[in-house]
Amino acid sequence: MLPPADMPGSDRPPPSNLWFAFSKTAGACSATPATGRSSHYSQLRVHPMSRKKLIVIGAGMASGRVLEHLTEANPDAYDITLFNAEPRGNYNRIMLSPVLSGEKTYDEIVTHGDDWYAGSGVTCHFGERIAAIDTTAKTVTSETGEMLGYDKLLFGTGSNPFMIPLPGHDLEGVIAYRDLEDTERMMAMGPDNKVVVIGGGLLGLEAAAGMAARGVDVTVVHIMGHLMERQLDEAAGYLLRKSLEDKGITILCGANSKEILGADGRARALLLDDGTELPCDLLVMAVGIRPNVALAQAAGLAVGRGIHVDDQMLTSVEDVLAVGECVEHDGAVFGLVAPLYDQAKVAAQTLLGQEAAFVQRSLSTKLKVTGCDLFSAGDFAEAERREDIVFRDPSRGVYKRLVIEENRLVGAVMYGDTADGNWFFGLIKDGTDISEMRETLIFGPAYQGGSPVDPLSAVAALPPEVEICGCNGICKSTITDAIAGGATDLGAVRATTKASASCGTCTGLVEQLLQVTLGDDFQMPAAQSVCGCTDLTHEDVRRLIKSQELKSQAAVWQELGWTTPNGCHVCRPAVNFYLLADWPLEYRDDPQSRFVNERKHANIQKDGTFSVVPRMWGGITNPDELRAIANAAEKYDVPTVKVTGGQRIDLLGVKGEDLPYIWADLNRAGLVSGHAYSKGLRTVKTCVGTDHCRFGTQDSTGLGIKLEQMLWGSWTPHKLKLAVSGCPRNCAEATCKDIGVVCVDSGYQISIGGAAGMDVKETELLVQVPTEEEAIEVVMAVTQAYREGAKYLDRIYKWLAKVGMDWVKEQVVEDLDNRRALAERFELSQSIYRKDPWAERAKEPAPFAPLANLELEAAE
Amino acid sequence: MSWIDIGHIDDIPLRGARVVKTHVGCVGLFRTGEAEVFAASNSCPHKGGPLSEGIVHGQKVTCPLHNWVFDLNTGEAMGEDARIATYPVRLEQGRILLDGTAVGKRSAA
Repeated sequence: MLPPADMPGSDRPPPSNLWFAFSKTAGACSATPATGRSSHYSQLRVHPMSRKKLIVIGAGMASGRVLEHLTEANPDAYDITLFNAEPRGNYNRIMLSPVLSGEKTYDEIVTHGDDWYAGSGVTCHFGERIAAIDTTAKTVTSETGEMLGYDKLLFGTGSNPFMIPLPGHDLEGVIAYRDLEDTERMMAMGPDNKVVVIGGGLLGLEAAAGMAARGVDVTVVHIMGHLMERQLDEAAGYLLRKSLEDKGITILCGANSKEILGADGRARALLLDDGTELPCDLLVMAVGIRPNVALAQAAGLAVGRGIHVDDQMLTSVEDVLAVGECVEHDGAVFGLVAPLYDQAKVAAQTLLGQEAAFVQRSLSTKLKVTGCDLFSAGDFAEAERREDIVFRDPSRGVYKRLVIEENRLVGAVMYGDTADGNWFFGLIKDGTDISEMRETLIFGPAYQGGSPVDPLSAVAALPPEVEICGCNGICKSTITDAIAGGATDLGAVRATTKASASCGTCTGLVEQLLQVTLGDDFQMPAAQSVCGCTDLTHEDVRRLIKSQELKSQAAVWQELGWTTPNGCHVCRPAVNFYLLADWPLEYRDDPQSRFVNERKHANIQKDGTFSVVPRMWGGITNPDELRAIANAAEKYDVPTVKVTGGQRIDLLGVKGEDLPYIWADLNRAGLVSGHAYSKGLRTVKTCVGTDHCRFGTQDSTGLGIKLEQMLWGSWTPHKLKLAVSGCPRNCAEATCKDIGVVCVDSGYQISIGGAAGMDVKETELLVQVPTEEEAIEVVMAVTQAYREGAKYLDRIYKWLAKVGMDWVKEQVVEDLDNRRALAERFELSQSIYRKDPWAERAKEPAPFAPLANLELEAAE
Repeated sequence: MSWIDIGHIDDIPLRGARVVKTHVGCVGLFRTGEAEVFAASNSCPHKGGPLSEGIVHGQKVTCPLHNWVFDLNTGEAMGEDARIATYPVRLEQGRILLDGTAVGKRSAA
């Protein structure tokens, strides 16, 4: 079973380390080490020949952790050879569900890339099974026939998914949910597909939610009366069911599968014993796992449900150890990551000749489905002498239940608000006497002792032995000791203690501990996330808005777990932009989520007055327009009239309540908003081109006017300035604009990514095209690509630095269909936004005036 | 207290604000929820920014000039040693009632 939790792994390789890259080079990896490494070490000190040989079977999370402990504690202890049946190294299997749902990519969940194996001196045989083991001669033989001797052998063969032997279970299109191949099969499903998932446990629900996030029509068939019956009681199961159904998943509980129906050797439907037929393109069985013991059994190891191990992780055969999901310890088998990591630590110590003993501990569970916040720990079955404390808040969808036996907490189930989960879990594990805080217990640690609800004081109040990192079993004092010992940021705490280095759910707690312990010396790393309302980055939010089809701000706040009721001044403008850029027809711009300038359609000045800049297409004006501007300036007592750098005229110092009236006057002369205030198209600056200039090669003014008329009114991540120069003398300064066009005899050179602000940047050439029509289409396409992909408040040059010019060229130069599609999407959005905001607001001046004037009433 | 009817709740956009001119200066009326309004000074103590032009979020408003954030319950600037005046305001059947005494208008008597 994939253990539960959320995570960004700290020890993942750089993003370039894609899985297919290292699976392809696995052979090279196995060929390099022995000679290269031994010469390296002989320079140091050790006699390489004297090193013992360790062979590891299986590159999973447990054995991977053993290797980490071993190579960190004593890199010279063993010559390590690693075999893995999967054609790749160790990745964080827990995180396949976020990969499935699109919240993470595979390369983000790789734990050990080939750099790590090379650096740690591990010889790798990936995609190569072990065929036979001779524990007397102490050799293993791989399926390629290679025989290797060992001093110590470690089993990490993991588990196999259990397949219910229903008729038809061997049809094509029936899969388990276990590895990357399964995940990829599910990721190939889309809105036109139907999938049936058998199993309403952790794994089945994560699979279902992941596919539903991709628009797949998913039905979950669960044999029990409510979902996740091993972890949840009925009420929490109901809430979970409701929120999964809200995601469009069909859930059938108490449903017995009878047969998988096929056509042409492929599964086409699941038949239930009540006769219901559920059509499907793919059937996923997620009903549990079985320890993978075949090889161990063949080698003569004592095997029950799993490979028998003692407290030192030693099997029944000398010099053979086992860890992970393949083992059975004291009658128990394991599926969650925390005990596997405990085992790994013990196995490493045993291999190093140190004393250590594995102790089973109670476990807590979290489900990794965005928007379904649940937590369960301990035992919550009803029994005599057990009492419940229940808290419900139906409007928020919150349910909490504590089970108490003889003044001790024995179980906790929470849904909707799980912030106090770890605290309750600590009380369960420690058997703390809760009689004194019983009245307020359900409100969590912040209420004990009457202190106000402040996350930092709650963390400060946690006792030293409380467990912070459930995956790695790290308690508070271990972390605070590490901080005192010089680990003053998250990365250092992860490196020294492993806390928050697996599923990442406790990252916030660890950061709060850093802040409590270090005070002002610790800078909360809020920079990466959008703002304090969420831990997600801009990139995450953009991706999730698209993949989960979130079409309102409320949906974003709710589904992405915003911690504030309706955002803040940082995230609201960003989310508003992302929504209107991605869903131009469905989402309506929210003026209350815009900065004052974009809400007022004028630039606020330091004295609270505004500036008004009418549009002058391509910088061209005429006497009528100029007269209208002059009249307006006089009529509204405009103190300053200035010519801007964008070839137009700025009226500075207009009072807020006059805005609708000055706009109406300007509208009458045909002048519209110049959007001099917006994160959107500002101006298209031009030179006079072939109209007048003796050097001009094309009609640069005409093209500038056309571009401005195509693009005006569009919202973009940051301001967007264009220019068109008629010849390479570049009088319109096109090469320091966001998008610049330089006309040449043979056509139009379009370059992007310029800036002349805090940073001064010269544009980079995107493409040269022969015709004006193509130039306009390229500009529209690149603008749309920028609108769809960039982080809010990144200008094109910053976006370009992230995606690379090659990518932009692929999108708008090489792939003509894509260029056209981008331009069409831009045009679709423009069908909504290409209009004058001044004209609309001039019709209704009331909101610009005070709501009431009590000065006048008082004077009566 | 003397409650003065100054308008309908729907005259203020949700998560928006309007001003009322009073003897104590401009007072901002901030609509933080469907039926929740706060009244506070419109002027930021930092550089006099018009708070009613700021973004309203939760029960807070952010000054449009330099992003000072004020808690509308108390008037306190978050993370700054400063506060703005707040005034009693209530809603009655959709009408916004502002306390005239607090904003300097003598009662009719």
